[in-house]
Amino acid sequence: MIDRRSIAGYDWLLFVVVILILGMGVLSIYSVTAASQARTPLYVKQIYWIILGWIVFLVMAWVDYHEIARFAYPIYALTLLLLLLVLVMGRSAQGAQRWLSLGFINIQPSELAKISLLLVSAKYFSDYFPKQGLNFRQLLLPGGMVLVPMLLILKQPDLGTALAISSVFFSMVLVIGLRSKFLIYSSLLSLMMFPFLWQFFWGHLKDYQRERLTTFIDPTNDPTGTGYHIIQSKIAIGSGGLFGKGLFGGTQSQLKFLPESHTDFIFSVFSEEWGFAGIVVLFLLFFFLILWGIEIAYKAKDVLGSLLAVGIIGLISFYFLVNVGMTLGVMPVVGVPLPLMSYGGTSMVTTMGLLGLLLNVKLRRFMLFY
Amino acid sequence: MRESYLPQEETRDLQSRIYWLLGLILLALMGLLLRAWYLQGVNGKFYLELSENNRIRVVETAPPRGLIYDRNGALLVNNVPSFNLYVVLGDMPNQATVLPHLANLIGMNEEEMMRRVTFKKEDPFFPIKVKDDLTMREVALIEGHGLDLPGVKIEAEFKRNAIYGTYAAHLLGYVGEITQAQLESGNYQNIKRGGIIGQYGIEQTFDSIIRGTPGQKRIEVDALGHEIRVLEVNEPLRGDDIFLALDLNVQKVAEEALGNQNGAIVAMDPKNGDIIAMVSHPAFNPNLLSQGASSRAWEALLKDEGRPLTNRVIQGQYPPGSTFKIVLGAALLETKEATPASRVECRGFLPFGNRNFKDWKKGGHGSVDLHRALVESCDVYFYEMGNRLGIDTISKYSHLFGLGQPTGIELGSEKGGLIPSTEWKRQVRKEPWYPGETLSVSIGQGYVTVTPLQQALMISTVANQGVLHPPQLLKKIRDQETGSVQEVPAAEGKHIPVSPETFRIIQSALAGVVSDPHGTASSSKSPFVSMGGKTGTAQVIGLKGGVHGKLPDKYNDHAWFVAFAPVESPKIGVAVLVENGGHGGSAAAPLARKVIEAYLGVVPPSVEPMTVKSPAPPPAPGRSEG
Repeated sequence: MIDRRSIAGYDWLLFVVVILILGMGVLSIYSVTAASQARTPLYVKQIYWIILGWIVFLVMAWVDYHEIARFAYPIYALTLLLLLLVLVMGRSAQGAQRWLSLGFINIQPSELAKISLLLVSAKYFSDYFPKQGLNFRQLLLPGGMVLVPMLLILKQPDLGTALAISSVFFSMVLVIGLRSKFLIYSSLLSLMMFPFLWQFFWGHLKDYQRERLTTFIDPTNDPTGTGYHIIQSKIAIGSGGLFGKGLFGGTQSQLKFLPESHTDFIFSVFSEEWGFAGIVVLFLLFFFLILWGIEIAYKAKDVLGSLLAVGIIGLISFYFLVNVGMTLGVMPVVGVPLPLMSYGGTSMVTTMGLLGLLLNVKLRRFMLFY
Repeated sequence: MRESYLPQEETRDLQSRIYWLLGLILLALMGLLLRAWYLQGVNGKFYLELSENNRIRVVETAPPRGLIYDRNGALLVNNVPSFNLYVVLGDMPNQATVLPHLANLIGMNEEEMMRRVTFKKEDPFFPIKVKDDLTMREVALIEGHGLDLPGVKIEAEFKRNAIYGTYAAHLLGYVGEITQAQLESGNYQNIKRGGIIGQYGIEQTFDSIIRGTPGQKRIEVDALGHEIRVLEVNEPLRGDDIFLALDLNVQKVAEEALGNQNGAIVAMDPKNGDIIAMVSHPAFNPNLLSQGASSRAWEALLKDEGRPLTNRVIQGQYPPGSTFKIVLGAALLETKEATPASRVECRGFLPFGNRNFKDWKKGGHGSVDLHRALVESCDVYFYEMGNRLGIDTISKYSHLFGLGQPTGIELGSEKGGLIPSTEWKRQVRKEPWYPGETLSVSIGQGYVTVTPLQQALMISTVANQGVLHPPQLLKKIRDQETGSVQEVPAAEGKHIPVSPETFRIIQSALAGVVSDPHGTASSSKSPFVSMGGKTGTAQVIGLKGGVHGKLPDKYNDHAWFVAFAPVESPKIGVAVLVENGGHGGSAAAPLARKVIEAYLGVVPPSVEPMTVKSPAPPPAPGRSEG
């Protein structure tokens, strides 16, 4: 039933790669939080999250993904409900309504939405697989399915997660393909509509989101406010030079010039300490991860598995590229974590879970059809 | 619904495009890598510098200022420790309670404390100076309450101290914080905001020598401004010490001699222009100004009617009165308008034009020659002779003796006095010169004004037979690092075109002013030293014949006396001006005598007169406290 070759085979390499990335993350968190007076310093907490993550990984790898996919639509419905609830009676944190308090536990519905949309899009497209690519009409329903939760999430507001969900959808659409006629027409149309769309988009952005975009263009515009993060991040990364300043040598992060250094800007910490050489190594590890996922998508035995793999790859890549891009100053500050490295339980559990799901698809390559 | 695709066909459909996804991701990765290279490889150094700038704070430590000594090594100005009170708001958690507590301890008004502390808010870890110069009691109080006063620091720093207070205040000057205008002028390249520089007098003129070089501490700070550790310390370099031409002993005598009267005394060495003493009353205490005077104190000084901040030696412009006759005498002999034997009949007045120019002596002096005219200060003689010379010749010889232009002494704000001429009158007053005015000028009244320094220069030039030496303030500089002493060369004196014979005659006459029983300064004759000089009485208001003691003091004439001694080989030239002092002979001449006797080291009159000693260096006062 399960591809025993996988476990005996080179998937050990995957474990090594993941452990390495996790280790780099912990090391970087350690370097900026080791001095903390807390009873359990953050890097220790991160290790706890990692352990939990591995458990989720195993769980997600164990249960047959087809079983999981059966609940795609119900989960989707639940997600919509929770998203609505959050908007109505959610707990605010830092000006965003993202949390639902259910007595003893806090849920972030947007996290659930990510997985839910992954499942539901994959399920839908595998059930109604369009040959020769999608045309406009075929895109409507799945597009709507994605758009509704996206808008609800945008209203929270949580730009990062909304975009992440769209990246899942886009990856799948990219891989399924669009009919050439549709592609051409829609490209032309969106080009023409662009100014209007832009106005609409701009008009609905909150002030701070607009600020983020303007300071992205020119961080020196607001060096003590929103531009501060970008400027300090670039200084941290740039000053790392070719080989970095070594562990604890990152003066920017050590001396607290770099804010959010253990979360969103963990990459800057890493780069300041290990330099360009370190970045190359990290990129290689990440790329290997992506390759592994691509191979799974390629060799999956059915569309569902393939699309799940594609969606997961898209999601993880989105987070990685956007976070790194943000710290390097080529993207506006959108608060997204760096998968497997940023401090944080939610991100860790989700990412490990998704990796588990990937392994899931891989393991059932040779299952026979019923 | 599912079309007729076999699952395997569907997946194959996807497979080709899966590589597109991979390609896209790879492209993005390469792009980011390139960007990272741009930041780290291409601009690595630039960002490294920025990160350094972020974290390093450079703090300057003030250098001790060089000391000022007199010509014999007596200490005049030094630095004394001052305990200054600083507040670091960033280290003070509960400012609302700590600051008033602190204010109470040092006897400061609570509002005043808040005012000083909220002035600079940008960097919470920048120490704010709250009070200068704490008394030992205050230091003890604050240290004792240390636990209640977080964020409060006492720093031991230096303050400038003029040891003798008001003595030579205008010459020595004072120090102060560099002003905004000075910072912007570009003349003070190495001084930062808050730096202390000389603002007046010698402290200012020789500031670059005695200032020293600030030290530097490079401190690593974190993003909140906390000092983490000191990276590097460069010790400050002391300024070089300087030795002035001033003689403390003579200065003391001169200050006490002038006492409460307003006026000026300046003594010079005719051989090289050394300024031996410089007194201007009323004076001020430089220590009050060097150590941060309140604006009220400044205002009081500025509004004081006596104008204590004015250095009368170089800024006071007065009519020279009869002292001007010296210049006329020289001019007469040189131009041969008169000979030593030429006589004028003085009856107490000279009719000229449509008025009578009065002599101070009612009945006149009788028949006088140049010698007698100087000894007894006959006005009529000089009315007559001045008229023969004409204003322009008088002007020419005045300039030769250094009058009518600044002497170039290395102090600020020197005034040049005024020597009138026909050209001057035409240009400035837009009128022709009237011959009657020459007569007034001839006895040193009218338009002509001089400063006491110019007078000293003039008499010194007479004393050394015609060499005009620029005034010299600085004699030696001692390098603080090596301890080696370097002499400051005196500037070249200029020979003026007046013959030695003329000087001999003039000098003899001036000696007579003191030694001759009819001389106007005969009451100041010294048993110890032969002095030569000339009295002068400058009118404050133009009442005919002058006013002596009948009107309120402020209308009294100013009293002049210029002198040199010993006559045989002059070693000192002195000019004394006593504002509203009345007669030169009675008010000013005795002061000049005291100064001269002090410089030449002769025993004061209370002791049995002895033969004149060869000039010994004046005894140095107590050991230097530096």
